[in-house]
Amino acid sequence: MEKISFDQLQEELFHEKLSNGLNVYILPKKGFNKTFATFTTKYGSVDNTFVPLGKNEYVKVPDGIAHFLEHKLFEKEDGDVFQQFSRQGASANAFTSFTRTAYLFSSTSDVEKNLETLIDFVQEPYFSEKTVEKEKGIIGQEITMYDDNADWRLYFGLIQNLYQNHPVKIDIAGTIESISHITKDWLYECYNTFYHPSNMLLFIVGPVDPESFMNQVKENQAKKDYKDMPEIKRKFETEPAQAAEMKQVLEMNVQTSKCLLGIKALHVDQTGDELLKNELTMNILLDLLFGKSSENYNQLYNEGLIDETFSFDYTQEQGFGFAMIGGDTGEPDKLAETLAGMLLKAKSKAIFNEEQLERAKRKKIGGFLRAVNSPEYIANQFTRYAFNDMNLFDVVPTLEKITLNDVQSLASEVISEERFSVCQVIPKKK
Amino acid sequence: MATVTEKITPLKGYNLHIIPTEKYKTNTLIWKMKAPLTKQDVTKRALLPQVLQSSSAKYPTTTALRSYLDELYGATFFVDLSKKGEYHIMSFSIEIANEKFLSDPSPLLKKGFELLAEILTNPNIKGNAFDQDTVGKEKRTQKQRIQSVFDDKMRYSNVRLIQEMCNGEPYALEVNGDSAEVEAITAENLYEYYKSAFLNDEMDLFIIGDVNEEEVKSYASELLHFEDRKSKKLGAQEINRANDVKEIKEEQDVKQGKLNIGYRTNIVYGDPDYFALQVFNGIFGGFSHSKLFINVREKASLAYYAASRLESHKGLMMVMSGIDLKNYDQAVGIIHEQLEAMKNGDFTDQELEQTKAVIQNQILETIDTSRGLTEILYHNVVAATNINLDTWLEEMQKVTKEEIVEVAKKIQMDTIYFLTGTEAGK
Repeated sequence: MEKISFDQLQEELFHEKLSNGLNVYILPKKGFNKTFATFTTKYGSVDNTFVPLGKNEYVKVPDGIAHFLEHKLFEKEDGDVFQQFSRQGASANAFTSFTRTAYLFSSTSDVEKNLETLIDFVQEPYFSEKTVEKEKGIIGQEITMYDDNADWRLYFGLIQNLYQNHPVKIDIAGTIESISHITKDWLYECYNTFYHPSNMLLFIVGPVDPESFMNQVKENQAKKDYKDMPEIKRKFETEPAQAAEMKQVLEMNVQTSKCLLGIKALHVDQTGDELLKNELTMNILLDLLFGKSSENYNQLYNEGLIDETFSFDYTQEQGFGFAMIGGDTGEPDKLAETLAGMLLKAKSKAIFNEEQLERAKRKKIGGFLRAVNSPEYIANQFTRYAFNDMNLFDVVPTLEKITLNDVQSLASEVISEERFSVCQVIPKKK
Repeated sequence: MATVTEKITPLKGYNLHIIPTEKYKTNTLIWKMKAPLTKQDVTKRALLPQVLQSSSAKYPTTTALRSYLDELYGATFFVDLSKKGEYHIMSFSIEIANEKFLSDPSPLLKKGFELLAEILTNPNIKGNAFDQDTVGKEKRTQKQRIQSVFDDKMRYSNVRLIQEMCNGEPYALEVNGDSAEVEAITAENLYEYYKSAFLNDEMDLFIIGDVNEEEVKSYASELLHFEDRKSKKLGAQEINRANDVKEIKEEQDVKQGKLNIGYRTNIVYGDPDYFALQVFNGIFGGFSHSKLFINVREKASLAYYAASRLESHKGLMMVMSGIDLKNYDQAVGIIHEQLEAMKNGDFTDQELEQTKAVIQNQILETIDTSRGLTEILYHNVVAATNINLDTWLEEMQKVTKEEIVEVAKKIQMDTIYFLTGTEAGK
């Protein structure tokens, strides 16, 4: 077991890669009641074309299957794993993103037992035709719930505008039609391909003794017979650099319009330090442009184009990435036009100074300290970073190194009208 | 074992609550102001914190104020409003880095206090009024905030349930006020209201972090001092309950129906059977092992979510579920059966024990965040009780099956609200 110390943060992280390939990380947190653990596979909604374990040909699986599998893993022959967790005083959950599926629990007692339950339920699937059919009703309601959610429709509408071919444009839960094709055999095929320990990461954070927990995990894994895995083969179609659609307007049962402007990312083949620096620089750029202390924010607010729902965000993973800016607005077209104008201005000339950059960095550094108060943040983000060959604890040193020149050159490169797209939700005409 | 150490000191016009802990890398300051919910004040009260947070005398624009927060290593500052029973509460929260985790060691806590004092006591005023421009902008945002409830159907249906169920009671007032009342607010009358709120509200300051108690006391008494006051306690609750269950169906263009059912628990925080009510709710609908989740979702496959939650100071329980329009009768039937089962004591010792374990866990997890901890401690302020957390947990663990059945018998269904699609019944 290796120990990695972060002196400024006063944290220590313990790591070991087990013989079956599983990466285990433990971060002791003194003073907390709760232990939080996540068991995550590098498998999400975008992994829909791959060579199944033991086969030679690529297959394309029904949309929404990674998420469906996540639901079904909780059900066992003798009942539901939620019940077992709650008997042990834990609260359990799971989520599926574009690139990951995570299973998690938190508890303040019986932590060893809960950890055993977490690892075992994820590693012992039980799928039957009957329970698969039953789940279609539940997930169908989950999909319908999102269909009525204007913010979700706006978010996904924008991704669909930006991407032509990449499966990031497919809704994570799929559609009622696509999940109707899911069978237990499909679920086993996906499970066997993506749930091998060498494609997974276990993160434990809380008031724990790292030595004894690491031993527990090792003993648990030693009892299971995992064969070495060949490398997983995934396939993605080529994706043009420009946005697929310039604009999409959705009419919904709302009273206030919504508008998001998206920018399709460049360099989505990056990993490791390169990716870390790029996404942090992008975050700083967006904060300088649209943060609450920026001139632009003030102008937008004063003109009544935005309200407190205004936000911006940047996502970058292997193969796709996007920035999104916007929120509720009385004038969706004017907001889209104004945001585009503000972006293009930052592309064409150097508009930021050292003082602003320094302030933006400080804000990010303080934000990182606040974030590491949260065991959930640490476990989820550390896993995401690790799957992209980055280290969460490099955030502050990397931020400190970003220069005005880095920000400016990123702005002139990434901001480009051909990669812009706009999605709006407007009130349905009666 | 003391789960939480909370030291309460009365200062000029408010109580200071210090909760020293080493677990965070930041320090949190939360200022709370509480007054009875009234139709006359609710809209002004909802606007006031928004105006205060947008600028101050020293930082006269949002840009100036927000730039200063960024400089303080991205200190966060936000305001929010809540209803606790028939009280309306404004909260002002600042979270600021603890400099011992930064390479720059200049002290930050005092700056956090100074900023809080600046925002609360030194607003951006012109003569006898707030800055006109600011009030104008914030009025516009407030109208949008009130209107946006309509667009979030889950929230909307919950608000509608409360409006129908508590019609004529102060609790029916919306936390953000009434859109029609916004226009009448002026920079002058809002400033009047500001002065009166700081003269009359019950006020509390919570400080959570790795802090020195004496240092905190000295900052607080030096920077924040107000007139002494007596807090306004509510009289007996007004309850307008019809004898029959009200059933409201509202049609809108939605794909999923939202079913919200309101009950009167007839039990509030501080009552001896409050702990049994908590356990009741846990078995009935609070968790993913509860009767509602198992029967509405897992067995009948009718919903993705089906849960219940309590309002502890008003004495309400709300059940919510998102269902297909055609399954209304079946879902209402199943929910009704689960409450009957509770009244008949039809739950196992295992359900009882697992629910207690999960509640214990939930409370201990909540107090791992400074905000969650403050919300839990604030219950004592609202209810004018003094139940420490250890007592809370012990009492909850002692609850018996018989006590839960007694609680179940006190619970009365009041109103069923269903937001249904325009093609209902087809």
